[in-house]
Amino acid sequence: MLSMVQRIQSLGAAGIHFVERVGEAGLVLLGAIFKKPNLHKSFPLLIQQIYMVGFLSLPIIIVAGSFIGMVLALQGYNILEKFAAADELGPLVALSVARELGPVVTGLLFAGRAGSSLTAEIGLMKATDQLSSMELMAVDPLQRVVAPRFWAGFYSLPLLTIVFSMFSIFGAYAVGVDWIGLDAGSFWSNMQASVDFRIDIVNGIIKSIVFGFFTTWIAVYQGYACVPTSEGISHATTRTVVFSSLVILGLDFVLTAMMMGGW
Amino acid sequence: MNTKGKNKSIVEFWVGIFLLLGIAGLVFLAFQVSGLTQKSMSHGYVLKANFDNVGGLKVRAPVQIAGVVVGRVTNIELNAQTYQAEATLLIYDQYTVPNDSTASILTQGLLGSNYLGITPGYSTVSYQAGNVIQRTNSALILEQLIGQFLFNMKK
Repeated sequence: MLSMVQRIQSLGAAGIHFVERVGEAGLVLLGAIFKKPNLHKSFPLLIQQIYMVGFLSLPIIIVAGSFIGMVLALQGYNILEKFAAADELGPLVALSVARELGPVVTGLLFAGRAGSSLTAEIGLMKATDQLSSMELMAVDPLQRVVAPRFWAGFYSLPLLTIVFSMFSIFGAYAVGVDWIGLDAGSFWSNMQASVDFRIDIVNGIIKSIVFGFFTTWIAVYQGYACVPTSEGISHATTRTVVFSSLVILGLDFVLTAMMMGGW
Repeated sequence: MNTKGKNKSIVEFWVGIFLLLGIAGLVFLAFQVSGLTQKSMSHGYVLKANFDNVGGLKVRAPVQIAGVVVGRVTNIELNAQTYQAEATLLIYDQYTVPNDSTASILTQGLLGSNYLGITPGYSTVSYQAGNVIQRTNSALILEQLIGQFLFNMKK
């Protein structure tokens, strides 16, 4: 009986702990983005971080996008060909990439490539007391360290998603038209007839903006709040990737349901 | 923090490239994938054909002779006088179409998209740019066929 009570107690403690962490994360975000920044100082920092977070992620995004487009085209062609509808390959690839695969796969890759490195970087700054020395020098580490990284991720992920979608469609074109030999005109015209800019492409970009917000938020918070030991940093990095991936997949379902519901 | 001696202007240059690539991607998605506007076509000359019904024929659908793509449909609009659909075809320069040819709207496979097939005639004179193809076959509308079939069965 006592063990039952203890279990319920530990469940409650876990709940309180979770809410505390979320509140803490909210405070970090609040301190980082809801303060008037000194544009003159923070803009170069932002550019530097967009380079680190966004531009250096381009190779993996381009390669992954091309291969996903190519494999979708190959798989889709083999199925569609059975129904003599191989000309619908363009819409198949464009819709699946613009609506789902683009935002989700880019988000997952981004969490692994950029999110983990943000966490590790901020975590190591904390472990080596760089953050507290900044506070001693009256420099707000939330403004100086966290804010540029957060904004860089927030801006970069939608751009990376667009690049990913573009290269997927190039990949599908390479396989479908250049290799298998479908008609290029049917490929593009059927694609243009079925893809709607507002419903498909803009909604995909909205998804990627939401994912960018949450992945980067999780990444900077995990780094800022990590236990400042090497083990703590390793745990924080793992948590960044796991939480970001779960949040992306979960939110993707919620957003899709909202968008399908005519939102 | 970032004490790496990375040249600042190089960083700014690559970030600029990154932004440009993103914008180029958005333009590509908007115009080429979702077709906000139509792209201009390659070299060729224009023929027109009038149909009672174009069915599911779309702009940029291929024009074929004997299964070979010889051109594109560039425009489809309603002729306000005759209430017929007027399709504008762009035929590539290297192909000629005899002036007793028949233009038909056909379907690729059971579920496939429509295309415009030209059955060449025997005339030695070819259509010139801007001519209207005289003989046309409209698209087969499945519901109309079934309707006629059922109507004939009753009799």
